Amino acid sequence: MEKYRIDPSKGLEFGIYTLGDHLPDPLTGERISAEQRIHEIIELAQLAEQAGIDFFSVGESHQEYFATQAHSVVLAAIAQATNKIKIASSSTIISTSDPVRVYEDFATIDLISKGRAEIIAGRASRVGLFELLGYDLRDYEELYEEKFDLLLKINAEKTLNWSGQFRAPLKDAEIIPRPVSGSLPIWRAVGGPPASAIKAGYAGVPMFLAMLGGPATSFKHSINAYRAAAKSRDFDPDELPIATAGFFYAAETTQQAQREYYPHINEGMKRTNGRGYPKQQFAQGADVRDVMNIGSPQQIIEKILYQYELFGHQRYIAQMDFGGVPFDKLKKNIEIIGNEILPAIKKYTGLV
Amino acid sequence: MKIVALSGSIVGSKTRTAIDYTVKVINEKYPIADITLLDLADYDVQFSDGRLYTEYIGDTKYVAESLMEADAIIIGTPIFQASIPATLKNVFDLLPEKAFRDKVVSVLVTAGSPKHYLIPEQQLKPILSYMKAQTVGSYVFIEEKDFYQKEIVNDDVLFRIERLIEDTVVLTETYTKIREDKEAEYGF
Repeated sequence: MEKYRIDPSKGLEFGIYTLGDHLPDPLTGERISAEQRIHEIIELAQLAEQAGIDFFSVGESHQEYFATQAHSVVLAAIAQATNKIKIASSSTIISTSDPVRVYEDFATIDLISKGRAEIIAGRASRVGLFELLGYDLRDYEELYEEKFDLLLKINAEKTLNWSGQFRAPLKDAEIIPRPVSGSLPIWRAVGGPPASAIKAGYAGVPMFLAMLGGPATSFKHSINAYRAAAKSRDFDPDELPIATAGFFYAAETTQQAQREYYPHINEGMKRTNGRGYPKQQFAQGADVRDVMNIGSPQQIIEKILYQYELFGHQRYIAQMDFGGVPFDKLKKNIEIIGNEILPAIKKYTGLV
Repeated sequence: MKIVALSGSIVGSKTRTAIDYTVKVINEKYPIADITLLDLADYDVQFSDGRLYTEYIGDTKYVAESLMEADAIIIGTPIFQASIPATLKNVFDLLPEKAFRDKVVSVLVTAGSPKHYLIPEQQLKPILSYMKAQTVGSYVFIEEKDFYQKEIVNDDVLFRIERLIEDTVVLTETYTKIREDKEAEYGF
């Protein structure tokens, strides 16, 4: 775990992530400017740090209703604006990027932040960027596997020789600058079903598991499969951190949280995924056994601890800003996390 | 209420004839319904390549989005090689997996032989169920002999189509009402 800068004795790490979506607030119909959205993301990271939150990450999506296409640039600004919070991508779409450039960027962010940068590499759930950046969607799997492997190789070896299908070969290439501690934590982003988790296990790399909604026990299958796959390739699962990611929204009561967040999720999903979020499933999401962390602080604490007991994961990261949630509501959420949720989570999951 | 009448083949005329009659009856009996006729023969629809339906362009995007916006869909299909035509299956493949959630879907079938009677039951309905449609239980099965010079000449078939339309509209209204009442109870 040390290699990935995680100390399990300090309890479950708590983080915030944003996809960098740039959607109108469904209640007012108004959309803030991209400039304001980016500044609010940077400020959110600062507030998260002040509240004692461990981690903050920003994703890239190259299509309408998103604002952080250049997510590494936003992360560099966050690196400069903060002092101790860990910062990462969620995710970097490695398939359509040059791993050399990605590594140079994130090693630089690591230097700016004095050793706080991590990469979470994914293969995109929205695929508009393949056409935009000149890639063929038919190479979806191959692009990801080849480029992810190269990224890991760059992380392990400062000077390397490499050749592959989708990039010019590297001959005694020195990839610099190097991060503060010599290497970066690099995670593999994984969707729900076990097939993708198994691949992360085979590669022996940390897994970042996205969970939109549904029973926690369903995601447990993916976690078990990941650990078993890692073990089958002689990796020690106890040395491989797991992070889970999903919707989060806290308010005084669970009803209030549902009432405040539902329109954002529903309208936001309609715009970005072509379908809203069914009310019936959202209502079920309040159950302690569902992964969606939306509710009163007490309800959320109970859910996170239930998930921790089930998964034995090392980090949970919360998406609270999807669908044009106004900034004062985000601030309120950070406050609730800092004052109520975080102390309880650390108390019950830490050894100290 | 948005209804789409989908003619699922680009070959022949019988399915289109049956769908035309369906649209005519809906216009007469339910003037407030917003009905769209989608005959796949009129559109240049590409094969599904797995992208989100909103990301297609041209006719493909139009067909996919029209279906996604519908409250009810009446599918007309011939039987080809003991199954549904590839053009119709492709339309399903363009859409997300739960595309028909909160939609009523009904079916009318034209076939060259009565031996094909169970094909919609065994091959089409499982797809609709998988895609979460509320299907109208009975479908209208129309044979070659029921047509003459691009018209349906069997009154029994005409009556059955009228009943199918009525069932589709009544079920759509009913499910919408039930869902709205239920959703109001959630309080968010």
